[in-house]
Amino acid sequence: MAPFKKILVLLAIIFALNNADATAATLGETIASLAKANTKQKIQTVKVISASGHDRAAEVLQALVGSKLYFQKSDRKVVIIKKAGSTYLLIDPLTAKELGQSPKSKLKKIRINNRIRRVIRGALGGLTLLSKNPGQRLKAAEAVFKSASAGSLPTLKKALERETDEKIKAKMVMAVAATELKISKDQVERLAAVKVLTEFAVPEVRALLGSLATVEKDAEVKEAVDKALSDIEASLVFWNGIGNIFQGISLGSVLLLAAVGLAITFGVMGVINMAHGELVMIGAYTTFVVQEIFRAYFPEAFGFSIAVAIPAAFVVAGGFGIAIERGIIRYLYGRPLETLLATWGLSLILQQFVRSIFGPTNREVGNPEWMSGAIEITGGLVLTYNRIWIIAFSLLVLGLLILFLRKTAFGLQMRAVTQNRPMASSMGIRTGYVDALTFGLGSGIAGVAGVALSQIDNVSPNLGQAYIIDSFMVVVFGGVGNLWGTLVGAFSLGIVNKFLEPFAGTVLAKILVLVAIILFIQKRPRGLFSLKGRAVEN
Amino acid sequence: MKTKFLTLAGASVIALSTMFAGAVQAAESIKVGVLHSLSGTMAISETTLKDTMLMLVEEQNKKGGLLGKKIEAVVVDPASNWPLFAEKAKELILKHKVDVVFGNWTSVSRKSVLPVFEELNSMLFYPVQYEGEESSRNVFYTGAAPNQQAIPAVEYLMSEDGGAAKRWVLLGTDYVYPRTTNKILRAFLTAKGVKESDIMENYTPFGHSDWQTIVSQVKKFASAGKKTAVVSTINGDANVPFYKELGNQGIKAEDIPVVAFSVGEEELAGLDTKPLVGHLAAWNYFMSVETLENAAFIKKWHAFIKNKKRVTNDPMEAHYIGFNMWVQAVKQAGTTNIDAVRQAMYGQKVKNLTGGIAIMNTNHHLSKPVLIGEIQEDGQFETVWKTNKVVRGDAWSDFIPESAKLTANWTFPWVCGNCQKPKFIN
Repeated sequence: MAPFKKILVLLAIIFALNNADATAATLGETIASLAKANTKQKIQTVKVISASGHDRAAEVLQALVGSKLYFQKSDRKVVIIKKAGSTYLLIDPLTAKELGQSPKSKLKKIRINNRIRRVIRGALGGLTLLSKNPGQRLKAAEAVFKSASAGSLPTLKKALERETDEKIKAKMVMAVAATELKISKDQVERLAAVKVLTEFAVPEVRALLGSLATVEKDAEVKEAVDKALSDIEASLVFWNGIGNIFQGISLGSVLLLAAVGLAITFGVMGVINMAHGELVMIGAYTTFVVQEIFRAYFPEAFGFSIAVAIPAAFVVAGGFGIAIERGIIRYLYGRPLETLLATWGLSLILQQFVRSIFGPTNREVGNPEWMSGAIEITGGLVLTYNRIWIIAFSLLVLGLLILFLRKTAFGLQMRAVTQNRPMASSMGIRTGYVDALTFGLGSGIAGVAGVALSQIDNVSPNLGQAYIIDSFMVVVFGGVGNLWGTLVGAFSLGIVNKFLEPFAGTVLAKILVLVAIILFIQKRPRGLFSLKGRAVEN
Repeated sequence: MKTKFLTLAGASVIALSTMFAGAVQAAESIKVGVLHSLSGTMAISETTLKDTMLMLVEEQNKKGGLLGKKIEAVVVDPASNWPLFAEKAKELILKHKVDVVFGNWTSVSRKSVLPVFEELNSMLFYPVQYEGEESSRNVFYTGAAPNQQAIPAVEYLMSEDGGAAKRWVLLGTDYVYPRTTNKILRAFLTAKGVKESDIMENYTPFGHSDWQTIVSQVKKFASAGKKTAVVSTINGDANVPFYKELGNQGIKAEDIPVVAFSVGEEELAGLDTKPLVGHLAAWNYFMSVETLENAAFIKKWHAFIKNKKRVTNDPMEAHYIGFNMWVQAVKQAGTTNIDAVRQAMYGQKVKNLTGGIAIMNTNHHLSKPVLIGEIQEDGQFETVWKTNKVVRGDAWSDFIPESAKLTANWTFPWVCGNCQKPKFIN
């Protein structure tokens, strides 16, 4: 009798709970149906959940889109999971109660695809419009703009009234106009919406109006849309041009970083160092090692790993550089052909050396948080953070280097040795020592360039090969032995390349730039700016 | 001192005798050539395939070898150098006298070894998805032909579930595979009523790393009011900066999905895949597929490579199927003679790791299932679409007029890789 009684009591409790919160129970059933739904049913379920008004609705959808909604294989109960070591912590989707732990193998993920994801993002947008977190509100406004569903219009208007942040407000105005344009039947209202949208010259609005232009039946609205489109187009072309310049500068800064070390070793010392690219590669691998140490010992301080990697790469690559100078190059001064062959051989040795230690496969170097993502200047111009940082970094490196050469005693000695070795020697400067340190400086800067390149390119033993030709090109074009020439050379090559690319394609753009440089060198063999140096004298 | 000398002598005698035994055994072994780059740009992908072959050979030897003999793998390194592939192939066939070769990745390396295999009448198993438009008597293609990968992927993106794309960007690395595949895709799209102005084609060199311009161009192209999808035949490690740029510029899979034909689990291994969730790939195999065969294969791979983090991928499955088919064909023929084994290959069946049965057809291509998967946060793919039945690989595309006329069939009365009518007519 006892078990029966227990069941009765249990049933009574469930019933009571049911009465207390009838919507929760039906919503529970809806969520439970996700375990065996197909794509269409899942989309339907998402709509029901978002319309339920339950205060956990957003959480459940967030879990679904973030692949955290699973069901138990045994009883098909749907749960939200949280990673806890090797097992999962189970959480009831509606009550947020913890349900204990379960191994991975007993659970199955509720699968979604892009179509469902799109619906969820729209639904989530409607649910999070009133969120306290501004980032979430911004995302919500963007999502609602894309989904433009009638259901979220009231909430959207309410959110717009409350909003204080200008940027989010603009997005919400955009979303309201897009929704009204889509659902309204009233011509005046729709024309007003088109007018509002015209103010926002962003690709999303262009896409929205573009798709409308092909299906619009109302002649007056169509005319307004066409006009708006041509206005937006003109504005986008302008921003596109600005974007091109930015990309050119960004490419230029990469070239500058790769070439500035070479401007010292080749430009100032006159050493044709074919292993320059490998010193860059060594810098990139140093970054990898530093990051591995951070991952293992200080995972929470990962954002600083790059800051530590910069001096580390300078020291490691600089050390390699000094060893190369003392071990090989100093015996070959004044014999460019032998230097070329020896350093080329050295580059192969260094590549194989790295390949033997780290393996032939690419190594993952992570982007710290502050280097991921992009900043939206206007809708038409998006600048990625990693590129902005690299531009700033390349200018900083160049600036420091110029200061170092101009303002320090060593810089003075270096310039003295470069300009007149016998005289410098007779003034008591140890020229051999200066040579080694100069080469080390150039190599160290190559290593620092490697840190930056590891953020945008693959860290593999072949990394350096991709940059060696470009580096020589920049130094020769800019004028051997002149750092300003290197700067101007790098940026002008980058910008010309990026302006040619959209018309000519990547491969042809590069060829055209090369041809232009060959012609230029015919006219001015010493490059843009020429300076006196040992290489020039001989 | 004396005892030490004695042990040394003893050890060397043992060493000598084992060496001698090894030599005797080698004379009686069946030799399998492995022609994959272990250095250079392709080493990233091909080293894994070399290891896969060593694992398969070891496993077969544990089962007692083949025809009562041990199988011996002969590994050479063509170093990602296309002409060197031909030299190394020659070395394998003439110097090492191998009975079969498993190898190559890029199409250009395959084109380089093709004349060698045809001239010396040897046999190559090629495990990578490729552009089709080829059928050689001496090559078995265990990777996907375009109709087993590219066409189904585009059809999926055209469907309601895939996002009903109307505008297409074809991005590729500048060499024979992407150019031919895009030629086929362009013809296919045009046949489906897509206008020329709705297709954008763009090629970049191997190892391209500055994707800013191209990604912004894609964004611009996609803002014309029609749902846009990107089909990527970008090869090798250029994919890493490409996907990084996509993530940084905030292109989401829901807005502009990118479907890739050369990005597998191995390529994603060095990448933060969080911003890429939902982008797609089309293959015949995903590591995430739950079947008994696949679980066993992954377990074996982890045990062999001694690293639980290593992933498996599509070309590995292709080698698995190819090697097992070859073993079966040798058993059936009772010899490793090339011509006898070739005849025995037709109709050979091996269980796919993803379910169903792969069959070798008379055009030297496999019938395999096609899977489309979305990238997940953990760097794996999740199958979102799958063919009901296996798809027969077409050597010649139906969508290129001059190819549609050609037939590849190496059995009587055709006996031809690119003929309009049979060679032998009674």
